[in-house]
Amino acid sequence: MRHFVIVGILVIALAVLTYVGLNSAGLMPVPASAQAVPIDWLWDIQVKAMSFLFALIVVPMLYSLLVFRRKKGDTTDGVHVEGNTTLEVVWTIIPLVMVLGIAYIGAQNLGETRRVDPDAMVVNVTGFQWGWSFEYPEYGITSKELYLPVNKQVLLKMTSRDVIHSFWVPEFRVKQDLVPGRITELRITPTTLGDFYKVRCAEICGTSHAYMEQPVIVVEKVAFDTWVSEQQALAAEAGQTPEGRGKALVAANGCGACHSIDGAKGVGPTWFQLAGSEVPLSGGGTVVADDAYLKESILQPQAKIVAGFETQQMPTYNFTDEQVADIIAYIKTLR
Amino acid sequence: MKGFFQNLLQWLVATLRVVAITTVGTGVGYLLGIGLSFLLTLLTTGTGVLDFTSPAGVVLGSFFAIPAFSWSVSGYGPVTKGFLLLTVSGLVGYLVGVGLDSIIMKSFRPTAPVPSAFSLLFAFTAFFFGVYGYRGITRGLVYQVVWTLIGGFIVTGIRALMGLSAFGGFFFTEPAWVFGALVGAVAFLFGVGVMDDWVKWARGMDTPEFHEDEPGWEKYLGVSLDHKVIGVQYTVTALFLIAVGGTFALIFRTELAASGLQFLNVGMNLFGQNGPQLYNTLMSLHGMIMIVSILLGIAGIINYAVPMLVGAHDMAFPRLNAFAYWVSVPAAVLLLMSLVLGGFDTGWTGYPPLSVKAPVGQQMFFLGVFIAGWSSILGALNVIATVVRMRAKGMTAMRLPILVWASVATSIIALTATQLIGLSFQLVMFQRLFGMGFFDPAKGGNPVLFQHLFWFYSHPAVYVFVLPGLGVISELLPVFVRKPLFGYRWVAMSSLGIALVGFLVWAHHMFTSGMNEYLRVPFMYSTLLVAVPTGVKFFSWVATIWNGKIETPTPMLFVLGGIVVFLMGGLSGPPNATVSVDLHLHDTYFIVGHFHDTIFGGFVFPFFAAIYYWFPKATGRRMSEFWGKVHFWLMTPAFFVLTFGMMRVGLLGMRRRIADYDPAQGFDTTHLILTIAAFAIALSVLIFLINFFHSIKHGEKAEGNVWNSRSPEWQVPSPMPAHNYETPFEVVGEPYDYGLPGSKYIEFMPAQGGKH
Repeated sequence: MRHFVIVGILVIALAVLTYVGLNSAGLMPVPASAQAVPIDWLWDIQVKAMSFLFALIVVPMLYSLLVFRRKKGDTTDGVHVEGNTTLEVVWTIIPLVMVLGIAYIGAQNLGETRRVDPDAMVVNVTGFQWGWSFEYPEYGITSKELYLPVNKQVLLKMTSRDVIHSFWVPEFRVKQDLVPGRITELRITPTTLGDFYKVRCAEICGTSHAYMEQPVIVVEKVAFDTWVSEQQALAAEAGQTPEGRGKALVAANGCGACHSIDGAKGVGPTWFQLAGSEVPLSGGGTVVADDAYLKESILQPQAKIVAGFETQQMPTYNFTDEQVADIIAYIKTLR
Repeated sequence: MKGFFQNLLQWLVATLRVVAITTVGTGVGYLLGIGLSFLLTLLTTGTGVLDFTSPAGVVLGSFFAIPAFSWSVSGYGPVTKGFLLLTVSGLVGYLVGVGLDSIIMKSFRPTAPVPSAFSLLFAFTAFFFGVYGYRGITRGLVYQVVWTLIGGFIVTGIRALMGLSAFGGFFFTEPAWVFGALVGAVAFLFGVGVMDDWVKWARGMDTPEFHEDEPGWEKYLGVSLDHKVIGVQYTVTALFLIAVGGTFALIFRTELAASGLQFLNVGMNLFGQNGPQLYNTLMSLHGMIMIVSILLGIAGIINYAVPMLVGAHDMAFPRLNAFAYWVSVPAAVLLLMSLVLGGFDTGWTGYPPLSVKAPVGQQMFFLGVFIAGWSSILGALNVIATVVRMRAKGMTAMRLPILVWASVATSIIALTATQLIGLSFQLVMFQRLFGMGFFDPAKGGNPVLFQHLFWFYSHPAVYVFVLPGLGVISELLPVFVRKPLFGYRWVAMSSLGIALVGFLVWAHHMFTSGMNEYLRVPFMYSTLLVAVPTGVKFFSWVATIWNGKIETPTPMLFVLGGIVVFLMGGLSGPPNATVSVDLHLHDTYFIVGHFHDTIFGGFVFPFFAAIYYWFPKATGRRMSEFWGKVHFWLMTPAFFVLTFGMMRVGLLGMRRRIADYDPAQGFDTTHLILTIAAFAIALSVLIFLINFFHSIKHGEKAEGNVWNSRSPEWQVPSPMPAHNYETPFEVVGEPYDYGLPGSKYIEFMPAQGGKH
């Protein structure tokens, strides 16, 4: 009996110590969305449960190892106890009730993270190898940064152009995959201002998966409106010239994820001083980068492969002839 | 005291000699490597660049280090000869590959994947030729290499006749590689000789029921029908793959030690891949090679132990058993080929559409897993048949050794679920080869469907990995606490419970995948239910230990370590099962830490425990206790640091499968510590391997009941003879009645002639 009392006290002590230790280490990133609140609440319950169960198993084990270990010279066996059905039933039923309870709470909790605000602002998110593009259909603008007004729910309607990606801002907690050929949804209500958040792709998507990160900026409503009108003005101005439209297309389609515009080595060939230059091809030979070659390379990327880029497949894009001409006009400005 | 110092001095001198010779070997290889790459740049560009960090230097350095090490340790024996041939023909294979490639592609490409593929295949084959001569595994590998080429050229010829492109960036085109690889894998089986008896039967020829094995170590390199030989073959192959997969992990763990790309950067090129691509390939292969090594490891434990535990003279189908082992060897070769044939970047899960876009290495990976699956399915079939049909007299269901229960539970899963991973990978292979749009939304396919098919095996697979390990824990605990296993029936049934519930939880890997949202809740319930039978195991173990007379030799240390590590894995599981919290945890390092805990606790620790425990049974000698304890006390704390650190950064926002991380997240220090911990684990495993191979010849003799166990295999002298028990035994009591005076588990029956 004495053993059970000591072990009981030690279990409680270790459980409390473990919980306090874990809790003070600051396990989660700062919560910055309304969805983070229920998730952190449930996580905290689970940390408490983990701390207790850890102590419940480890303490009697270590205690037995220290107290009941074989004394020198003792060659006898231990006591012959084959089992105890009551105990087995107890430690089947109690955990069963516990996990059913956790599952019930979990379902409620999931519901809370998915609470719908009918006035939510819609943002169409497109993921691609390797970047993100955010379209605000209400304002007619497209951005490389996800600007969000604080305390307003945003409904992200997401799809992918090539492979599966996953939208995740750790401070917002919730995560959702982007699947080609369908639209998946995620609702987030940012609650903390900040310009240091980043959306980070959480599903392996190829060579530059690690770098598929783009800024997420949470601002006051007023600042958001200013940003929207700035973007609208910029878009209107760019729409005037072919190279301006081309630049916008390039930004919206994330070409810069692979093709640098400053000569830096990337996943794809650089566009810096590309137009008119002589391009070495895989398997020998060269080709002059005239308009015809650039058009072919945009619409049928596998037709001619540049030497040194054999292992990367550029996805196919369905641009119109005018769009291709705009992009080529933009590429010609890069020198 | 003087004697001690003399010993220490001798030991130091011996170690220094080994280190010196190995260093010289490495240096020669390294200098040759950078010299060669200097010559190459001189030849191709006209100006020679002396690149001291050239991969050629690193590769050749390690190529030369191995034979030098082997020579310094054991002199010029078969193994050293094998390693020397490995180095020489690795180089020859490379040159042949460069030559063929430049003839057919009409350009000189020293860093193209093909020379590396030839180098790998030549080196492997030559090693076994040096050790063993042209028979058994060597002949199998030669057949595989030759028939891969023949198969490749057949398809290439057909393509040329059809007017399709005959050669591609990887020498053969993808269909040619796939067909060649398949033909090569089948040819391996004929070459190694595992089909001999079946072929003879088909031709109406008789073969003897039993084949006598060669004496000594040579029987392990050819086909043997003895379950104990096959068990050792499985175990050693698993250890080899653990070493390979672990080396891959060390390479990318080193890259992760600091943010930014250090050596796996965009500028480097190895096997036709740049740094981040190579990172993805190594990370993906680490996953699958470790999984295959686990499957082979549990097959090793089960094959070796189960027939002895149930009193059978062998497995129910010895030829099928040998087939199941040997089919895993060409599968492992294919997995390694994927590294050099352009690699692949999908992780071990191979999700389309990414796996549809990856280089041809992806196909080698799919085919390797597909073929390894055969090993798992056929092995499981054999285990179930053996346990059902070949138990000793009186061994009723509730008197089976507990490890047998776990083996049956694991075999039920492996027998019925493995098909699904084979199927899902085969569908992607067909999508790539024939343009069938199973998972292509543009053709009406569905990428999420793949995930359902994949996880329907790959979640239960986790229980395939851990159930035998948990069985080993339950089997060994009573021996070392000298008490009966607490609640035998409950522990036995909990294995079956985990196996059955495990079939209903797969979609918890897909909470963020975009599958039907309402399905997430029922899968949360079913997943959390797994905690109940798992809890029964933990409580029963604690109750077994309680009040026992506990001894802690090395196997027991690993059993206890396994319990605590598996506990960490078990406790970090439920948060992933609750959907809302998993929305944060999914695809982060928290998951990475969680499953490394479950796999180390459920497989790696018990696997080491089983090896230390049954080593004397297999060899008649025991492994060094001292180095066993060093292994344990180095590995366990380092492992805790590793997985705690992984979970910590994961919670804070570290994503899975990334080659680099944002320095603004502040993970640099933690990752540096994790890398150091990983190296400590590697060192401990190296100590284990040296202890293992050294003890085979030089270990302390141990031919009796080393652990004072009641189990039948320990009632006869070690090593066990070829067909196990000279006289059959009868079960007369409970398996774990330690502490009950006068009780017995088995009694040998009086001899009645015939031995089988």
